[in-house]
Amino acid sequence: MRKVYADTVVIGGGAAGLAAAIKLKDLSVNKVILVDDRERLGGILPQCIHTGFGVHYSKRDLTGPEFAEELSSFVLDRGVDVFLNSYALELRYVDYYEKSVIVASRKGLIDVRTRTVIVATGARERTVYEIGIFGDRPAGVYTAGMVQALMDLYGVMPGKEVVIVGSGDVGLIVARRLAMQGATVKAVIEVKPWPGGLIRNIVQCLEDFGIPLLLSHAVRRIVGHERVERVIVTKVDDKLSPIPNTEFEIKCDTVVIAAGLKPEVQLLERAGALIDPVTGGPVVNEYLETSLPGVFVAGNALVINDLVDTVAEQGETAAEGAVLFMNDKLIAKYYLRVICGSNVRFIVPQVLMGLKEEITLYGRVIMPMRRAVIRIPELMLSMQQAMITPAEIFKVNISERKISKVVKLHKLTINVLESR
Amino acid sequence: MIIIGAGVIGASIARVLSKYENLEIHLVEMEPDAGWGASRANTAIIHGGYDDDPQKYPMRARLCVRGAKLWRRWVRELDIPANFSGILVLAFTEEEIEELHKLRERGLKNGVPGLRILQDRDVLQTLEPNLNDNVRAALWAPVGGVINSIEAVIALVENAVDNGVMTHFNTRVLSVKTSCSEVVGVETSRGFIEADVVINAAGLYADEISKSAGADEFTIRPRIGEYYIFDEDAGPKVTRVLFPVPTPVTKGVAVIKTTEGNLMIGPTARDLSPSEKEEWGTSEKGLEVVWKEARRLVKALPPLNKAIKTFAGLRPEPPHGDFILKSYEEPYGFINAAGMRSPGLTSAPAVAYEVVRIMKEELGIELEEKHQWNPFRRGIKRFSKATNRERAELIQEDPDYGVIVCKHRLVTKAEVIEAMKRIRSIGAEITVRGIKYRTWAGMGRCQGAFCILQLIRLIAEFEGIALWSVKLTKRGSEVGIGDIYTLV
Repeated sequence: MRKVYADTVVIGGGAAGLAAAIKLKDLSVNKVILVDDRERLGGILPQCIHTGFGVHYSKRDLTGPEFAEELSSFVLDRGVDVFLNSYALELRYVDYYEKSVIVASRKGLIDVRTRTVIVATGARERTVYEIGIFGDRPAGVYTAGMVQALMDLYGVMPGKEVVIVGSGDVGLIVARRLAMQGATVKAVIEVKPWPGGLIRNIVQCLEDFGIPLLLSHAVRRIVGHERVERVIVTKVDDKLSPIPNTEFEIKCDTVVIAAGLKPEVQLLERAGALIDPVTGGPVVNEYLETSLPGVFVAGNALVINDLVDTVAEQGETAAEGAVLFMNDKLIAKYYLRVICGSNVRFIVPQVLMGLKEEITLYGRVIMPMRRAVIRIPELMLSMQQAMITPAEIFKVNISERKISKVVKLHKLTINVLESR
Repeated sequence: MIIIGAGVIGASIARVLSKYENLEIHLVEMEPDAGWGASRANTAIIHGGYDDDPQKYPMRARLCVRGAKLWRRWVRELDIPANFSGILVLAFTEEEIEELHKLRERGLKNGVPGLRILQDRDVLQTLEPNLNDNVRAALWAPVGGVINSIEAVIALVENAVDNGVMTHFNTRVLSVKTSCSEVVGVETSRGFIEADVVINAAGLYADEISKSAGADEFTIRPRIGEYYIFDEDAGPKVTRVLFPVPTPVTKGVAVIKTTEGNLMIGPTARDLSPSEKEEWGTSEKGLEVVWKEARRLVKALPPLNKAIKTFAGLRPEPPHGDFILKSYEEPYGFINAAGMRSPGLTSAPAVAYEVVRIMKEELGIELEEKHQWNPFRRGIKRFSKATNRERAELIQEDPDYGVIVCKHRLVTKAEVIEAMKRIRSIGAEITVRGIKYRTWAGMGRCQGAFCILQLIRLIAEFEGIALWSVKLTKRGSEVGIGDIYTLV
């Protein structure tokens, strides 16, 4: 197998990987290889034809394809070695100084030896099998991403009468896309008592198109032989369990599963990185370094984000970390666990090591709170925030100086409480 | 002659009969491709042969043991993934230990080699490290194991076609025609096919075929079994097939490692009405039972959120429990190979040889062996199962081996194209499901969310058809309803 050497290998050419590669070049890293299995750069961006991309990063409101175009041109201008149609089969942590990435393409297999790796492999969609829907598995059951790709990359209309499972932003945007194309979206069904997506999207994607949103409801069964014929829906209680005798059916020919994403981390798992069971991504420190020294992660492979700007920001942070690592300046001063306290589902990074002066914690709450206060008892810190919902990642910025004073506590607890 | 049904029974019969010179064999199948009935969703276990009472079920008892032996040769000749790791039947109580002894006795009567009862903790733990601590004894049937059952059917049909068998897919047999008490052919959805011998291997629909021929009237009940299958990286797995002590109705929920490396648990056994032969849906109750039962056998199962798929299979249950494998004086020329419930897969090769015997001895047909009959078939070279060195060689031979289509199962474009060529070569219709069954694309943790569209693109290109019209399974399962610009 041919060996190739690099300073940093970026795996994945979506927003996180592109932003990381750009940053690496801006920080004067010599040899950066970016590997992507698609035929063009941009990851999932080219199929997201709505706007809202790059508001912070590019200071403009772009569509997905436009933002992909802009990032790709930056990458190419800066002399990143881009390997398209190339798939990273295997990531191996050889030792502190060397990692191996086996890449397959039509030209053969190559073994890229590198000091640092940034994994930006994005996410996969949760499937119909992961959300407790029983019954048949006929044609007409798609994930939201498949519908986007079918419609806007390949020009295929998936169906006429649609039920959407999940009210996250992706589900809402796909509902609108289908309605715009003349489909009847019979309902968006959400198991939780509140919508998963942003209020803005509820208004613009559902209300403007007269699409009903059924909260505290779940699709229990799909019925149909060759093609979906109907779904059986039930009401659920506050524990999300079905309420008996509340079943009804909705006739439809298409079911779209928009039940969220999961970090795509098979490479990292197999390489032996520690995975956080809640985020589904790896456990990382302030520079998004995994438990494997010199292996970094960014974007949806780290944690499911709701804004592409956050994804790009993470790409840049990982790139900065990789540069410090290569200069032997990534020196851990301590090891502090970040604990999810009251109403907090997860926090990233999960570990603080005193690597960075200004730290950004990304978190998601369990329940929405109107007047929230973020409390970190170890720091005796309270921050008011107008509204925190599970639909939006909340950020907490802390300066390292404060944390360094409480390292003896070995932990930092993040709580989100209702302010009185 | 005509064989109705290209499942594992029909395909086995086709392969064995393709050895003979003086037969014109037509394999007729209502589905677009081979093995889409009971053969596509089952445990894929090659059974130990201890469970079938030779008094009550003489056919099952005899053919299971013989079939299991034949499979060992067939998997080599036909390059079918197989793993004969053995079976452990687990006893938790004194009564169940007694039951194990009865099973052993029965197995000995049936001629099963290698059976023994193990009660030693350390021996049991060594054989199966994931064994539940409450297990007190086990019947060890070292000849059992698992094969890839859908690949087996595909391999059998490929080999049969290679040896001159003609196939008719998407062709439903409407009735068997007789004249003067002799079979003259079958009426199908695509016209009449003439034949003097008709073999009924129609699985779930064998009762309708038999009735139309004027042979035995019986009812085949679909017996549904539900399963969980876990991510290939998820553990703990098992090294042997684990079973509880069987009941008169079922062998129970097994814990299995498939030939593709996934942990699988199932099945339940619930009888549906004879009219529910298209009801392949899973149920909450059934899956709960599977989980609870499987959990009993092992120390631990992978977490439920590592289950990547649930599915159900239908077994064709005959009225009295035994296979219906026989010829008739009237109508002469009609042979039933029906009611192939468990251990139907295990028995399939033996069923085929039994059909040869029936043709020779009961129908008095003289069969001449061909001078040149090819017993071999090679599978599609799988990138995922190759070493990195072999992978590099594969890409050098065919650069399409360097294009990954399915990330989680590491299936390449070369394999997908080869699968499409093979589907065409056996006269079947190219569908997404057909490619999945041949390459294992879309069978990983994302269940095709990434690759199904790639498969659809490749099919559309290969067939020269519109993307939206590509079928996932059969007619009516097209991926879309039209192109967006033509609809607007």
